[in-house]
Amino acid sequence: MHSEQQGLMNNLQKKIVVVLLILVVLTPAGLLLPMFFNTGAAWGEWSAETLKEVTGYVPAGLAKYTKTWKAPLKNYTFSHDDSSRMHQSGYYLVSGILGAMLAMSITLLLSKLIIRNGK
Amino acid sequence: MHIPDGYLSPQTYLPLFGVFIGAIAVAVKKVKKEVPARNIPYLGMAAAFSFIIMMFNLPVPGGSSGHAVGSALIAILFGPWAAMISVSVALVIQALIFGDGGITAIGANCFNMAVFMPLIAWFIFRLICGKSRAPRRIVVAAFFAGYLSLVLSAILTGVEFGIQPLIASGADGRALYCPYDLKIAIPAMAVEHLLLFGIVEGVITALIVQYFVRQHQIMIYAFRTTGTDE
Repeated sequence: MHSEQQGLMNNLQKKIVVVLLILVVLTPAGLLLPMFFNTGAAWGEWSAETLKEVTGYVPAGLAKYTKTWKAPLKNYTFSHDDSSRMHQSGYYLVSGILGAMLAMSITLLLSKLIIRNGK
Repeated sequence: MHIPDGYLSPQTYLPLFGVFIGAIAVAVKKVKKEVPARNIPYLGMAAAFSFIIMMFNLPVPGGSSGHAVGSALIAILFGPWAAMISVSVALVIQALIFGDGGITAIGANCFNMAVFMPLIAWFIFRLICGKSRAPRRIVVAAFFAGYLSLVLSAILTGVEFGIQPLIASGADGRALYCPYDLKIAIPAMAVEHLLLFGIVEGVITALIVQYFVRQHQIMIYAFRTTGTDE
């Protein structure tokens, strides 16, 4: 534990990064498995259209709020019209890499700001 | 468990934003005081782990899909306060960039998965582990911390969904936001997490905690001897 900081990362950190890389490569399973079993979105995460099919109407407040924000990579994809599972898996994977890298760098930055060295 | 925009009334999401901000303010203070600087890289990795693990949607055949969150593991290894920050970052990115969880629901989603869940997991882990350092006891505690914290957060989410028809309906009697009441929302959220997603969360938490117990026990925040770096 006291011989850390040899090089950029210690052994444990290298191991974790490898595990994260393996996990991120496997993320398309998280898209394909629900497709394969033909399951819908998570409970309570339906689109306004799906909700209308199920309940017969779109709640008025919900209809107003669903347009609050247009996420650039909504549903972890770059193209909603692309029906190729192969392409969608690729988009999902790239979204995973992008999101994980962003999450890691922003958290690093924030925790560096919070935890100052030499306290 | 990522509540989209439009499912929660302002009367629900605004107070939850407040509670979330308050919790983060406490977390920042605690992390500054208690988390050693050598843990900084791990907090970044924890955020990435949480982001990735939430992408593994698992199907409940004939039902819907869901996923683990990672908050319990992060709370045990690096502390519940650090977990709040790491998982919140992952959730905010999911909402802003990938539309997973609504913008108006960021406070609610962060409260459910990044504040409530790590705190509950931490509490359950400490409760089951007690002062014991027996590896088997630790692993069992880690499993139940993961399992129960995810199930309880799912139930909390179900409550937030389910109170919407009570809070707001239009002149025609129709719900303005989430149309399902408590009797539907709570069992729907609870059952799938009890039967599948919670078990996945528990197993992941137990396996990785077991690895740390064997190889890097000194790092585990739950077993730290002092508040600061040794």
